Amino acid sequence: MSDLTSTDAAELGRLLTAGEVTAVEVTRAYLDRIAAEDDALGAYLHVDGEAALRTAEQVDAARAGGTATGPLAGIPLALKDVVVTEGVPTTSGSKILEGWRPPYDATLAARLKNAGTVLLGKTNMDEFAMGSSTENSAYRVTRNPWDHDRIPGGSSGGSSAAVAGGLAPWAIGTDTGGSIRQPAAVTGLVGHKPTYGSVSRYGLIAFSSSLDQAGPMTRTVLDAALLHEAIAGHDPLDSTSIDSPVPVLAEAARRGAEGDLAGLRVGVVTELGGDGHTDGYDEGVLARFAETVALLESLGAEVRPVSCPAFDLALPAYYLIAPSEASSNLARFDGVRYGLRVGDDGDRDLDEVMALTREQGFGPEVKRRIILGTYALSSGYYDAYYGQAQKVRTLITRDFTRAWDDVDVLVSPTSPTVAWEVGARVDDPIAMYAADLCTLPASLAGVPAISVPCGLSEGLPVGFQIMAPALADDRCYKVAAALEAAQDAARGSRFLDQLAARPAGSAA
Amino acid sequence: MSATPDRLVDYDEVLTRYEPVFGLETHVELGTASKMFCGCSTTFGAEPNTQTCPTCLGLPGSLPSANAAAIESTIRIGLALGCRIATWARFSRKNYFYPDIPKGFQTTQYDEPMCTAGHLDVEVDGETYRVEIERVHLEEDTGKNLHVGGSTGRIHGADHSLIDYNRAGIPLVEIVTRPIPGAGAKAPEVAKAYVTELREILVALGVSEVRMEQGNLRCDVNTSLAPIGSLEWGTRTETKNVNSLRSVERAVRFEMRRQAALLDEGQRIFQETRHFHEDTGTTSPGRSKEEATDYRYFPEPDLVPVAPDEEWVASLLAALPELPAARRSRLSDEWGIAPTEMAWLVNAGAVELVSDTVAAGASPGDARKWWLGDLARRANDTGTELGELAVTPKQVAELIGLISAGTINDQLARQTLDGVLAGEGDPAAVVEARGLAVMGESDELVSAVDGAIAGNPDVAEKVRGGKVQAIGALVGAVMKTTRGKADAATVKRMLEERLIG
Repeated sequence: MSDLTSTDAAELGRLLTAGEVTAVEVTRAYLDRIAAEDDALGAYLHVDGEAALRTAEQVDAARAGGTATGPLAGIPLALKDVVVTEGVPTTSGSKILEGWRPPYDATLAARLKNAGTVLLGKTNMDEFAMGSSTENSAYRVTRNPWDHDRIPGGSSGGSSAAVAGGLAPWAIGTDTGGSIRQPAAVTGLVGHKPTYGSVSRYGLIAFSSSLDQAGPMTRTVLDAALLHEAIAGHDPLDSTSIDSPVPVLAEAARRGAEGDLAGLRVGVVTELGGDGHTDGYDEGVLARFAETVALLESLGAEVRPVSCPAFDLALPAYYLIAPSEASSNLARFDGVRYGLRVGDDGDRDLDEVMALTREQGFGPEVKRRIILGTYALSSGYYDAYYGQAQKVRTLITRDFTRAWDDVDVLVSPTSPTVAWEVGARVDDPIAMYAADLCTLPASLAGVPAISVPCGLSEGLPVGFQIMAPALADDRCYKVAAALEAAQDAARGSRFLDQLAARPAGSAA
Repeated sequence: MSATPDRLVDYDEVLTRYEPVFGLETHVELGTASKMFCGCSTTFGAEPNTQTCPTCLGLPGSLPSANAAAIESTIRIGLALGCRIATWARFSRKNYFYPDIPKGFQTTQYDEPMCTAGHLDVEVDGETYRVEIERVHLEEDTGKNLHVGGSTGRIHGADHSLIDYNRAGIPLVEIVTRPIPGAGAKAPEVAKAYVTELREILVALGVSEVRMEQGNLRCDVNTSLAPIGSLEWGTRTETKNVNSLRSVERAVRFEMRRQAALLDEGQRIFQETRHFHEDTGTTSPGRSKEEATDYRYFPEPDLVPVAPDEEWVASLLAALPELPAARRSRLSDEWGIAPTEMAWLVNAGAVELVSDTVAAGASPGDARKWWLGDLARRANDTGTELGELAVTPKQVAELIGLISAGTINDQLARQTLDGVLAGEGDPAAVVEARGLAVMGESDELVSAVDGAIAGNPDVAEKVRGGKVQAIGALVGAVMKTTRGKADAATVKRMLEERLIG
């Protein structure tokens, strides 16, 4: 294994800036590993090695010529295929967009391009980000680098597998109900869902507009903070984008890594794996969680239980709001302007062509959610379903607001279980939805939440979730960095080094 | 669905048994430079699909951001109509599938519109009717479908269809009236007067070009009939795309006559959408509302709510221009004309034209005379609106000036106008180029006068003998010889000098 592909992004940036490696060398190292391993891993939907090397050459030339380049210039990157990229195929994991080459860049893609990052490719995902295992991709199965028989989480499972598996130093994911945090948790990565509105959604293929946020999936907390800073900031093209200065996150991560959490008030959410709420949680997950809470205390934090009763209602509320918005967001895929068109043989009328296109272009989970959302918004049912769900959302937000009176952050497991076996939940949507139990409240309230590795259970990674008030993303990074530093120090190595130390694709 | 009956009830007869109620939904394309939710141009008539971007094409990942100028225009329209302006308004999604709506939903306003509860008073035959405005809201226009190969231009039977998204996303304001009862026989005219007055207001506000032929202003007309004395209103039909002022009146009239025939036969009226046919003035059924789609409205999550600041709204109110009704009343006073005469000007669409002509130097009387007389006749002959004639108020003022100066007479002025309308330039230039100026006491005129006396010795003798009124025949002869270019008074004086001394 090449050293370069196990190096974290911040270190790569240092090496590149210092001239110790070139962008072409780094890019080639990743492309080589992708070529060697991605058939088995299934992380990518599209890789354009030539384009990546061309970009890398430009960065190297600029650096050699003394033209100013930023700290991220030359660092390779993977983007979840939900991110629209000019001229680069973008499918959102769906057959209905097969072959579509967008004429524009998402705001975050443009920002990362301008920062000089090298796009390795687009990563696999559950179709339209609907799923928790990436098995709903219309294209391929993605494997968990820790155990190839297990899922990499979802919907950003291609990004999690690529970064954990050494096929990208870092990646962008999107999170609607947990799609950054849960795959990060089950592959041993750091994944952060920013405050809703703090990263532009312009150019993210919408699943649920009031919930979708893009964020970093990385090997370290500092990397996550650096990548987050690169994509954050107001965007006039997104009406819901918050007009406030780019948050200072890398500095928060560096301060956190010093390990002093004295005075930090931490609330442990009872409803997420606490007393009386342990159904469906792995014992190992709860054990790692409890140990990590104790670690926080040892770093000086004041820990207390906090009850958020409305969190119990998050799952049903989410599965009304997200499908409702999705049913409308996905209406544009009608075969008229782009992507798949089925049955346009001159005999069929417009309605038939639209229906056939959608029938053949969407997978079963997408259809299930479109039907669910269409029903929930129907005349006569709106108040009982969509309306009620919005009220629950308000209650959840109030639970958070009340909690912030007493604590600085709330913590919980990121996911109730470790990665399950491929195929184990495909016929049981309710079990699949339960994977989002812990991540949904922060999504519904629009507050930031990070998942940081907190140990292994059954030889598989467990994630620890830290939630903070809106726009206090820096708190997530500070606390996560403190935990990461303390754990690394105790272990004597970084979390992912445990994966590198074992034979590929097998659980310990 | 109800078929168009063969029989229509005579209009006057309808009113002996039924009371009409009508209502209007008027769509106005705003004249903003850019579209409602993106920066694309709104210029009319560009090559198809050249004024588009990811947002107005509904490409995956694109997002809307609301046009502040359109919101301002909507609020100004609401203020001009005496509406309450919402302190909190939201956009909603109206979900349905059709190729001309690129996102699979139209972004509009549903239960939280920008403006509510206004009114507009209109006058018909000296009587004032109050039209209550239910709401004014902001939405986006659709693309335009072109169905190729069919005989009707409709999708049915077409060989293929093309879509132009240049219009998709142009800001559209919808002004919805409450049902308007009590107009009786005047219902069609009140409907027309309402749209006319609304159009005047929109022009005064400068928020839209309101060119009906370009689709800037489009009306849906709801009509129902109830038996006289009934406590309940009848079932209404909605006639779509009624796109001229005259058609608004015709649509109401036709629906009243059609519905009366059905009701007379004991049939029921179906709540349905109907198409208006400009050529025949009739309506035919469209899709039935009773089997219509459920639009599944819900608040648009991609747009933040609009919360107009009260002080800002107050400043918009203070800055509203003089509205047409107030302006008419002021102009009536200034021009010294009666309300009925002002009503004629309004009906002819001539108020602004006359006003501009007066501003360019003509007297109010002369300006009215030309616009309501010769020019109105020409517009009528060619089937165009007065304002669309190829002559400007400034040119009319110049024409009137030439008459006052004695350079031309009324007959020559009409010939001058022919030239102006034919694009030959301003009146003075036309007079020059066509040689239309009234003759002075030139050699040519002297010889024409002498020729008339010599050619009509009997008449000349009568005049000499004291039958002064016979001089008219000689004047006519001179005018004929000079093809109208002579000034009749001058000719008369010259003849008198020669015959009476």
